[in-house]
Amino acid sequence: MLKAINALLAVLGGVGGALALYFLLNKLVEVLPPRWEERLKPYVFVFPAMLFVTLFLVYPAVRTAIFSFFDDRGENFVGLDNYTSLLGESAFLNTLFNNALWLIIVPAGVVIAGLIVAVLADQLRTRGENFVKSMIFLPMAISFVGASTIWRFVYAFAPEGRPQIGLLNAVWTSAGFEPVAWIQVDAARFNSFLLMVIMIWLQTGFAMVLLSAAIKSVPAETLEAARIDGASEMQIFFQVVVPQIWGTVITVFITVLILTMKIFDIIYVMTGGRANTDVIGNRFITELINFGRDGRASAIVVMLMLAVIPVMIYQVRRFRATEGAR
Amino acid sequence: MTTTPTPPMTDIKATVTEPPVPAGRSGANVGKIIVRVLLGLLVFAWVVPTIGLLVTSFRERDVVNNSGWWTALTSPLDFTQWTVQNYDEVFTGQGMGSAFVNSLAVSIPATVIPILIAAFAAYAFTFMRFPGRDFFFIVLVGLLVVPLQVAFIPLLQVYKEIGLVGTFPAVWLAHAAFGMPLAVYILRNYMEGLPGEVIESAKVDGASHFTTFWRLIIPMSTPALAAYAIFQFLWVWNDLLVALIFLGPGENEVVTVNLSTLVGTLGADWHLLTAAAFVTMVVPLIVFLSLQRFFVRGLTAGSVKG
Repeated sequence: MLKAINALLAVLGGVGGALALYFLLNKLVEVLPPRWEERLKPYVFVFPAMLFVTLFLVYPAVRTAIFSFFDDRGENFVGLDNYTSLLGESAFLNTLFNNALWLIIVPAGVVIAGLIVAVLADQLRTRGENFVKSMIFLPMAISFVGASTIWRFVYAFAPEGRPQIGLLNAVWTSAGFEPVAWIQVDAARFNSFLLMVIMIWLQTGFAMVLLSAAIKSVPAETLEAARIDGASEMQIFFQVVVPQIWGTVITVFITVLILTMKIFDIIYVMTGGRANTDVIGNRFITELINFGRDGRASAIVVMLMLAVIPVMIYQVRRFRATEGAR
Repeated sequence: MTTTPTPPMTDIKATVTEPPVPAGRSGANVGKIIVRVLLGLLVFAWVVPTIGLLVTSFRERDVVNNSGWWTALTSPLDFTQWTVQNYDEVFTGQGMGSAFVNSLAVSIPATVIPILIAAFAAYAFTFMRFPGRDFFFIVLVGLLVVPLQVAFIPLLQVYKEIGLVGTFPAVWLAHAAFGMPLAVYILRNYMEGLPGEVIESAKVDGASHFTTFWRLIIPMSTPALAAYAIFQFLWVWNDLLVALIFLGPGENEVVTVNLSTLVGTLGADWHLLTAAAFVTMVVPLIVFLSLQRFFVRGLTAGSVKG
């Protein structure tokens, strides 16, 4: 009850406070001579938002970068020690390798799965199409933790002789094989692939929605023209449709790529990073919460940040290009 | 969206080697059937895991452990196997009930607080000219992709010093800030499409920026505000990372933290885990199903498209 009241007060305080603040600042600026008023007012409007991101993102990011050169209690400067010790551990290199696998497989998998559903569903009548899309899209509402629980149950294992209540082992044993503890199978990183399935399952709906919209906006004349020229449906798809939706494909790919770089929840819930499945996002939490090693945790985040920077630059450039075209 | 030029038609002509195949009726029908079968299989594969969870959450403990959930579907009218006991147990015995209240107490303010602040900024970025405007906005676009983890260690230290760790304001503020770049981005993209004459005429009539914003722009931007609100709500409700770091397990834990702990402690008590998982999913599913239209719009506007 108290919590509910608190939350309500926060909502009222947040909205009312923001309004009051802007109103006051607005009034304050209006007192100034008109020339100054015009100059200052934009900053009044932008200031609170920029203050938020500066205090909670930009400034901490700089601090984190500095921490990464200090020991785990943040007291002594240790130079590159955190980085060299991390990169000298085979366990950490293993983690990086897993991340690389995720990055290679998941974004491509999501785009391909989304494209397949979008193209196939496009052939149906509206009602059928909407039904299919809703079903594929639904996992978007489910948290990574919830999805991980769902799939843990699919992968569940019981020793031989016990009833197999996990779907995968039930199918597997009914085909005459012995039950397998799937999540423990790290040969060829098989268990990591099983975890990636969860991510693809969650994100395909997102890819499908954007790609489907793009496919529908391909002008019918271009398709007709190709048909008249005798192109097969396959040729039409790859040579007429794909080039026209390529911008969206890239957009989806990059969005999922960024999400995959930061992946944490699935590994945290499914394996806790054991059985050779660890990734950077989870390793960071382990270092920070379980071991309290701030220096090493900071170094891990800085590496993650460095990996994101090329994507960030690419994105800013694309943004500039479209702004210029406006 | 970047505009990709239509490929020149001559390219297609050059690659066409087969003569046009007349699409016979039977051929087209076979194609249609294949498409339907494929889609049927895909949809089946996509929903089966969730159905398994839902069915299991309503089954008795012993039945769950001794038979696959799919066996229940052969005799759905045998009511002796169904129960709501699991939900009762996770709500009262495993702390999911209070976690549910906590999740609401976290998500609603964390959704509402940033909206107005972001809307003011988006207004300035769209309708006002000032030095540094492009720079500030580019910073926000860049921040869209920054891993939140970069902020955790210093924030945690500051929170510890002022005693905010484990309290709701800690996550409200963090979520408000982390959601800010996307909020400004979505809202500015939307405001850019509003008719400029309306704003101009308001200016001519002597309306201040504050009045224009409050009386004109906010009502006109409702779809974008709704899209962002749904987006942020689902994001905060489903978030594990921020909640784990700043709230942690304990008195104020949210549903995702509770569920992730249960997965560790209950291990193979699937009748409880499935019920707990479903409790975490029910609010987002309702929000999502009833407001899907807005959500899709938010996705289209908010995905990282340059």
